[in-house]
Amino acid sequence: MKDLVLNILRDTRPEFEFNSEVNFIDEGYLDSFDLITIVSDLESTFDIKINGSLIVPESFSSLDSIVKLVQSSKNAS
Amino acid sequence: MHLKFKNKRISGILSILPTNEVNFIDEISNYNFSDKQSIKLGKIMGYGTRRIVDNGTTVSDLCTFGLNYLFDKKLLNKDSFQALILCTQSPDQFIPATSNIIAGNLLLNEDVICLDINQGCAGFEVGLMQAFMMLDTGVINKVVLLNADILSTKVSVKDRNSRPLIGDGASITIIEHTLEDESIDVFIKMDGSGALSLQIPAGGFKMPSSVETAILKEDVAGNLRSLDDLVMKGDQVFNFVQTKVPELFNEMLVKLNVNKSFFDYFFFHQPNKFMLEKLADKLEIGYEKMPNNICEKYGNGSNNTVPLTICDNLGGKVKSESFEVCLGGFGVGLTWSLIKCKLGNLDFCEIINYK
Repeated sequence: MKDLVLNILRDTRPEFEFNSEVNFIDEGYLDSFDLITIVSDLESTFDIKINGSLIVPESFSSLDSIVKLVQSSKNAS
Repeated sequence: MHLKFKNKRISGILSILPTNEVNFIDEISNYNFSDKQSIKLGKIMGYGTRRIVDNGTTVSDLCTFGLNYLFDKKLLNKDSFQALILCTQSPDQFIPATSNIIAGNLLLNEDVICLDINQGCAGFEVGLMQAFMMLDTGVINKVVLLNADILSTKVSVKDRNSRPLIGDGASITIIEHTLEDESIDVFIKMDGSGALSLQIPAGGFKMPSSVETAILKEDVAGNLRSLDDLVMKGDQVFNFVQTKVPELFNEMLVKLNVNKSFFDYFFFHQPNKFMLEKLADKLEIGYEKMPNNICEKYGNGSNNTVPLTICDNLGGKVKSESFEVCLGGFGVGLTWSLIKCKLGNLDFCEIINYK
């Protein structure tokens, strides 16, 4: 799952290395409109629906937080 | 806050759109992003075509044109209403009120109260609430509500996040007394602590427009805008809509003791396609009951989207049929509002082009 998420992040922002040391939001890797394309890609890749109230910057601050979001969305559906 | 009104109805809606149509794809080279990225975002957000005014066309022009159309077609008698409410965030001037300018254009009589309200995305609901309160005085028999904005002129041409969404236009809604004993329920909340989440920083008395405020600056994402342009904190606004609107929606269902299936339609403000889809999912409302076609077709016209949605999706059908509807507005202010009412047997419900 992590690799698929990483591919989505790299496709959205190819200019950044999405490693685990960086907070993607604080460092300006992702803005609110990037989150929208990422949500769309996550939903189609993992066949999930992400609850709108979970689409907040904190859910996208790291690879682990995004994986957690996908897993909780899978469990909810 | 919950306000209940009795014996009032909407009796007609007319939307007025500029004829100038702009396509997202034709503007894609303006933006600091690859075409591939922009097209992908555009599909999700509903970037399509939008109607925008020509240079020099104002809110009063659109509203005056629409009202003259109604007078000419004998759909509205010039002497039959006692209040003219205009909801707009793009007034012709700071002074005087644009509603007074419109009244002057039309030579309305001196017993018509003109009132401007500065409201955006919930402006239709706020305007209706004001109209219902005026009718409750017993002195006023009919109110003309104008919802109009031309905010395309206040969005940077290099702002891919906002520019492709914003459209211009106006709507005219007639509100009057009825003998039918139907109640109208208005639920409304405001949170001024989020007032600057959606704003135009310069151009008022606090920061007058100047050469400095017109300088384009790049944001972290790569959009270019100046202090004279509309700017929003997208993540905050999105989160506000996804949390506060469902809370108010559930409050409405409980207080009125109705369930979702009671409503035929949910005519909500359309900030963008993605946000409204997510809201529909959260409220567990089928997309067929919550039209979401305005952004792609005409652009987000701020407080004009709800009446335009009704005209575009119901049109002449609502002249002979009646529907239980929930109207919803949310955004700048921050303001959010829901109205439960019956909508039917209108005298008119149509869209015309401004010429």
